[in-house]
Amino acid sequence: MNNNPQSDNVLEIRDLSIAYEPGKYAVNGVTASVKRNSITAIMGPSGCGKSTLLRAMNRMHELYPNIETKGDILLDGKSIFSMSVIELRRKVGMVFQRPNPFPNMTIYENVVAGFSLNDIRLKKSQRDEIVENALRNVTLWDEVKESLYRKGTFLSGGQQQRLCVARAIAFNPEVLLLDEPTSALDPIATSKIEDLLGELKKKYTLVLVTHNMSQAARISDDSMFMYLGELVESGRTGTLFTTPKDPRTEAYLTGKFG
Amino acid sequence: MRVMYPEMTDNINRRNRTNSRFRYLVIAGSVITVIPIFLIVGNLAVKGFRQINLAFFTQPAPDTFQAMMAASSGEIIPGGIANGLTGSLLMVLLASLFAIPLGLMTGIYIYENGTTRYARFIRSLTEILQGVPSIILGIIAYLWVVKNITKGYSALAGSVSLAIMMLPLIIRSTEETMRMIPLSIREAAFALGTPYYKMIYKILIPVSFSGLATGVLLAISRILGETAPLMLTALGSPAISLDVTRPVSAVPLLIWDFYNDPNMVNLVWSASLFLMVFVLSMNLLARSVASKHKYI
Repeated sequence: MNNNPQSDNVLEIRDLSIAYEPGKYAVNGVTASVKRNSITAIMGPSGCGKSTLLRAMNRMHELYPNIETKGDILLDGKSIFSMSVIELRRKVGMVFQRPNPFPNMTIYENVVAGFSLNDIRLKKSQRDEIVENALRNVTLWDEVKESLYRKGTFLSGGQQQRLCVARAIAFNPEVLLLDEPTSALDPIATSKIEDLLGELKKKYTLVLVTHNMSQAARISDDSMFMYLGELVESGRTGTLFTTPKDPRTEAYLTGKFG
Repeated sequence: MRVMYPEMTDNINRRNRTNSRFRYLVIAGSVITVIPIFLIVGNLAVKGFRQINLAFFTQPAPDTFQAMMAASSGEIIPGGIANGLTGSLLMVLLASLFAIPLGLMTGIYIYENGTTRYARFIRSLTEILQGVPSIILGIIAYLWVVKNITKGYSALAGSVSLAIMMLPLIIRSTEETMRMIPLSIREAAFALGTPYYKMIYKILIPVSFSGLATGVLLAISRILGETAPLMLTALGSPAISLDVTRPVSAVPLLIWDFYNDPNMVNLVWSASLFLMVFVLSMNLLARSVASKHKYI
């Protein structure tokens, strides 16, 4: 048995600062950790840097020009900035705010897109298995098994979003980042995704950005509250919601701003 | 209390009348624009139809004597536009081979690096290039190719001038099509660890395929009717030739030749009708491709 509590942390964020323009920090000196097989919610008002923090975890923030990053993020003890981006993104998958299946691909092709786009050649039987497993994991299999060869964009918004989750987990990543994954969906599709996330945390570690406090309270194990680029408070979701230590967290949770 | 201003109610009838007058004015304007189009097509069809037969497509242009004999006895002029047709196809094909890959790559480059100074510079150059009169492109191709490479008028020189005409059209349409792809699609690809070049050729190009193909087809239909630069480069040739280093004819060049020979006037109409139908079908093809592979 390993009793070292550090080993439970998949991601360690160490004094991370990110600036889009010199001197203007979107994320400022954040230190935090993400526990294995749990859901960590990042909350905060618009523009507080929560998406930037999330994107930093698989270095998607580097797509912006002139970005400046200080500090470090460790994935299983290894700095993600020393890994190749391609390797990192295979370990840390991402689901976006709006469902974004590739419009030129069928449902089937979308699920295995991670492989085909990386030139990983698989046998037909392997691909079939990956597609079925991934779609079953996101509870989409029964809905689409008859139409695997139709374009993914024919699905409803909620189905498309689950397809995008399937595409991300087909690679069997360690961590799945979700950037407000339900903000473009209706309440029924939202609750399906939430149920799904509860299931997925058994296999993966999930980090979720949300501006929906009740969603964070419903499904997350740990929460982080960010304000103006700083991590104000983090901890067990139950504790943070019932007995916030910082007055800013309390003000946000009681709806005084945001 | 609702506040009523007299201006809000008094003039409703007058405004309705103004509105309908303006409506009729707009409709009349559109009808006036359409009339010449029908007149042109009708004229070409009526006058050109008589000369169109199998020989029209398979035989080269007749010489003056043959045409004069036929014209004086009231027969159909023998021969056709085969030399122009093969010349046009040869040059369009060659021009496309130069311009399509270059244009697509440049368009993608400008789209990907749109904010950099170099990309902006290239973009304004393509705008300038689009405004250059085609005869000047002909002179340039004459200087570069006719004088220095083929040492004489040639299909290659014609292709170069046509390719330069195609370039800005393809570059602009590529950039504009790419712009329509939502950023989230690119992000999805990158989030899967997709290398940059693969994102371009497995996501960007297939997703925007219809727009790219439309741009290419419209550029082709644009150069099919181009005459001025070919006069200085391809020159024209009475025989069917597929040698790129030799002069060739082209359909629009033939129309000019026919026009200059009083015995061949009838062929002007037939060749024009053909050219117009050909260009029109390219446009229709572009449309059907655009609707068939539309993802964005």
